Amino acid sequence: MRANFIVSEIGIGLRRNLTMTIAVVVTVMITLALAGTGLLVHKQVNVMKGYWYDKVEVTIYLCGINSSSTNCAGKDVTQEQRDQLNSDLHTTPQVATVFYESKQDAYKRFKEQFKDSPDLVNNVTPDALPESYRVKLKNPEQFQVVASAFQDRPGVDSVQDLKKLLDPVFKVLGVFQSIAWFVAGFMLLAAVILISNTIRVAAFSRRRETGIMRLVGASNLYIQTPFLLEGALAGLIGAAGACGLVALGYYYFIEQRLRPLVKFTNFISWSDVLSTIPLILLAGIVMSSLASFFTLRRHLRV
Amino acid sequence: MIRLENVSKSYPTSTRPALDGVDVDIEKGEFVFLVGSSGSGKSTFLRLLLKEEVPSAGRVHVAGKDLARLSHWKVPALRRSIGCVFQDFRLLPNKTVHQNVAFALEVIGKSHATINKVVPEVLDLVGLDGKAQRMPDELSGGEQQRVAVARAFVNRPMILIADEPTGNLDPNTSVGIMKLLDRINRTGTTVVMATHDAAIVDSMRRRVVELSEGKVIRDQIRGVYGYGA
Repeated sequence: MRANFIVSEIGIGLRRNLTMTIAVVVTVMITLALAGTGLLVHKQVNVMKGYWYDKVEVTIYLCGINSSSTNCAGKDVTQEQRDQLNSDLHTTPQVATVFYESKQDAYKRFKEQFKDSPDLVNNVTPDALPESYRVKLKNPEQFQVVASAFQDRPGVDSVQDLKKLLDPVFKVLGVFQSIAWFVAGFMLLAAVILISNTIRVAAFSRRRETGIMRLVGASNLYIQTPFLLEGALAGLIGAAGACGLVALGYYYFIEQRLRPLVKFTNFISWSDVLSTIPLILLAGIVMSSLASFFTLRRHLRV
Repeated sequence: MIRLENVSKSYPTSTRPALDGVDVDIEKGEFVFLVGSSGSGKSTFLRLLLKEEVPSAGRVHVAGKDLARLSHWKVPALRRSIGCVFQDFRLLPNKTVHQNVAFALEVIGKSHATINKVVPEVLDLVGLDGKAQRMPDELSGGEQQRVAVARAFVNRPMILIADEPTGNLDPNTSVGIMKLLDRINRTGTTVVMATHDAAIVDSMRRRVVELSEGKVIRDQIRGVYGYGA
């Protein structure tokens, strides 16, 4: 009986306020789609960081005849300097592994890298390429410590960090994420106001019923539950739409476009998208229920 | 059953209090008319009994409960022990007679079986048997008020409050409603009725409490509407 009664009340309420209900659904949908996008961008940044930081290494170029650095003074690195650097690198606590690349190794890699342009390869001799130590750090963020410790050492031409090249990319993604959160925040405000307005209109249009319910001694819970569920249902439908939008956006933007095109990084997967769906649904229900709850406290007091 | 001790009620928008030091004691099973001109405080008196308003000063006891001490969430239970009838009937226009009465039971969580048993009984009591499936706008004013009485009484409350129940009805129909209220009173239900209808008060010869500018100016056991009237 009770369940029946509540279900029919919700149906009546939603139909009576159809336009407002649609407004709530659309606003909630866009709000949560933006919030979901923010969440996925955040995950994407983490995926990219994981992918790249794994590959990032600090390269310490050693002096050669062609080095322009004043530190080298136009001289080749000596064997002593080489050994000193090697042992110092091994005792530096931030360093995970050290790998020495000779001029011959560098030349081999160069040939491999540019095998499609033989002219370039033929113009380069092993002597023209610098020898280097490739250093992997335990924590890629600590590049600065290692760089400042080694860049002025005798025999070091320059220290180069791949992370420095990547940081602008992460910054741009970070800005995207902030924009998504920012807009989602404003939309959230709009959604909450819309929901509370919808509930107010609903309460007003059913004041006759609620007045009688109060008189015959219906409990607060009984009077307010249909309104609460009405809000929650509209929020849930909006959240489901938001999940659809996010999944659609992921499919067309990442699966169809970016993944075949961009080879230099990993992308978030369907499982990342699926794991955000419960969050979006929950946010939709909580958001609309809270908005309804506080509106009801003001407009439907016993 | 109902006791008001030195009750005053002021509204923030008015300089004169709506009720001013009212002392009234109503026993179980009594039938009391509340008379007085418009603005004399009759409606405020009735609203205090339902805890729709709280007094500015004094105490209100209803059915053995001190309403000032009654916590917020127990107010619905209080209202279940009080039935209400109004001048404007307050029926739901999109529900049948049966559904209107059943609504009062549904919203306090009564079972389907109970509702189907009790509603026809009470419709029979108020003389509306055979009209259960009618819509309110198909009924006369008197019949609509009978539906309202049925709804107020279906839960067998200890107290029935009627706020000018005959205000919209012609004299003959009013007599029918009064007979009905009298019959309900004889089942042991305390009835408090605010009214302007001198003929009804005079013919019933029941207790009369007269209010004027928020004060009780008369409380007679077997009273009439007014001295000179």
